[in-house]
Amino acid sequence: MSEIFVLVDHVDGTVRKTTGELLTLARRLGTPSAVFIGSGADAAQAYLAQYGAEKVYVLDAPELTEYLVAPKAEALAELVSSKQPAAVLVSSSAEGKEIAGRLSIKTQSGLITDAVDVRAAGDGVETTQSVFAGNFTVEATVTTGTPIVAVKPNSVTPEQASAAATLEPVSVTVSDVAKGARITDSKPREATGRPELTEAAIVVSGGRGTGGDFSQVEAFADSLGAAVGASRAAVDSGWYPHSFQVGQTGKTVSPQLYVANGISGAIQHRAGMQTSKTIVAVNKDEEAPIFELVDFGVVGDLKEVLPQATDEVNKRKG
Amino acid sequence: MNIVVCVKYVPDATADRSFDSSDSTVDREGVDGLLSELDEYAVEQALLAAEESDGEVTVLTVGPADAADAVRKALQMGADKGVHVEDDDIAGSDAAATSLIIAKALGTLEYDLVFFGMSSTDGTMGVVPTMVAERLGLPAVTYGSEISVDGSTVTVRRDGDVATETITATAPAVVSVTDQSGEPRYPSFKGIMAAKKKPVEELTLSDLGIDPSEVGLDAAWTKVLSFAPRPPRSAGEIVTDEGDGGVKLAEFLASKKFV
Repeated sequence: MSEIFVLVDHVDGTVRKTTGELLTLARRLGTPSAVFIGSGADAAQAYLAQYGAEKVYVLDAPELTEYLVAPKAEALAELVSSKQPAAVLVSSSAEGKEIAGRLSIKTQSGLITDAVDVRAAGDGVETTQSVFAGNFTVEATVTTGTPIVAVKPNSVTPEQASAAATLEPVSVTVSDVAKGARITDSKPREATGRPELTEAAIVVSGGRGTGGDFSQVEAFADSLGAAVGASRAAVDSGWYPHSFQVGQTGKTVSPQLYVANGISGAIQHRAGMQTSKTIVAVNKDEEAPIFELVDFGVVGDLKEVLPQATDEVNKRKG
Repeated sequence: MNIVVCVKYVPDATADRSFDSSDSTVDREGVDGLLSELDEYAVEQALLAAEESDGEVTVLTVGPADAADAVRKALQMGADKGVHVEDDDIAGSDAAATSLIIAKALGTLEYDLVFFGMSSTDGTMGVVPTMVAERLGLPAVTYGSEISVDGSTVTVRRDGDVATETITATAPAVVSVTDQSGEPRYPSFKGIMAAKKKPVEELTLSDLGIDPSEVGLDAAWTKVLSFAPRPPRSAGEIVTDEGDGGVKLAEFLASKKFV
């Protein structure tokens, strides 16, 4: 079977869930090889084996992470040229898409971003994307070069399949031209104790209707083990940090369950959450457009509905 | 400092956007177009950077005749001159071909910094800034939520998924900015009047030395096989809170095994 590259998304060897999803998709296309850039491959090996990576190419040099994406793209392009994989899968994050963009030009290969599904078709791949704020579904294919596909988080449930995950170190030299954008400082996001927004199976969001107080939204999220999100209105009002914004200009989420509280459901917001599997909303305004999307909606004040729902959920969990 | 800001003319994101059934490209006829909202933030940062350094801002677009509207809006906001690459053979170009045209057009201009919005509001790929940088061998500092220019050094704050980073590069460089970078200004009446006299250079593919076979739908490295409107979500159950809305919400979640 043909080799499929999966670029590992990790923080110092702690592998993010999206990588398990990519490996699961890669197994449908061929034999997955993980490409691990940076330090910590030893720590990541067990996870990569568990999700079916036969090989792990390890590219570890300080220059790869001291600069923004260009050295990573350069190293990945060299590996693609030498190993000639049948496809390259990356996570559709800002960094993943940028690496993919540079790789596309370097290898003269077609790039599809924000895919929600990838499958083998003929001697290539076919993808599904959700576009125009989730209002259209598009099937597409790569016609030139090595297909590069950036896949959205939560597009598939990671399935385990044990494999060897043999570490294979690859020597790397980084050119001067790739060293133009230096990362001079990096502050890890403060731990909230909640799942990461784009990875979470459940997202509970608050908007204008919170009036600036997210405590009921957070308490309800915690009862469900969910991530907390915010609408652009809430972020622009300074009520919640921008890194939690769901929408066209924030994060795009596609969880199993999305609960929108005090969010009207403008197109800006819908673009970021419309592909969620189950959608629930609480809003005082029965005319709010968010109710057009929901599987279940409560017309009421979130200040009353959410604390009661939190108590009920906690009671049921016993 | 000479600044170029690249902008895109897009179908209005609040209208019912669709595809052209003849070639599966974005329908640009049925929906009014405008300067991509996210590019207004790039225009703003370009203007601020030029004001700091007494420089000039050139607005660059690639698109059909109507894309002149996007150039005009940026000129009204305060950009000094425009460049509009327009050619029938460009229609249907993918991100890679678009980046080729922009890179060649930049070759005809003098620039220290090239600003972009974080993505367009129609294609939303967000890869053209890095593709242009790759073609020109330039550093790209991307998704900047706070931008500062000091001499020939540009520094941005980038809020990533797991960390907030500070990225710095020396001009010439590509910079892309988010909607957190600062509210774009509205054109003033004076700005609207002044824009009428500002020069806009029109360029074709042959002016840029690009063979038509390198761009357009047939040259695209990807192909849309089919498109379909998402089936409408089946109408959900809506209840009005009569003191038990929270319990009903929890019951629904339990019925779906989320509790």
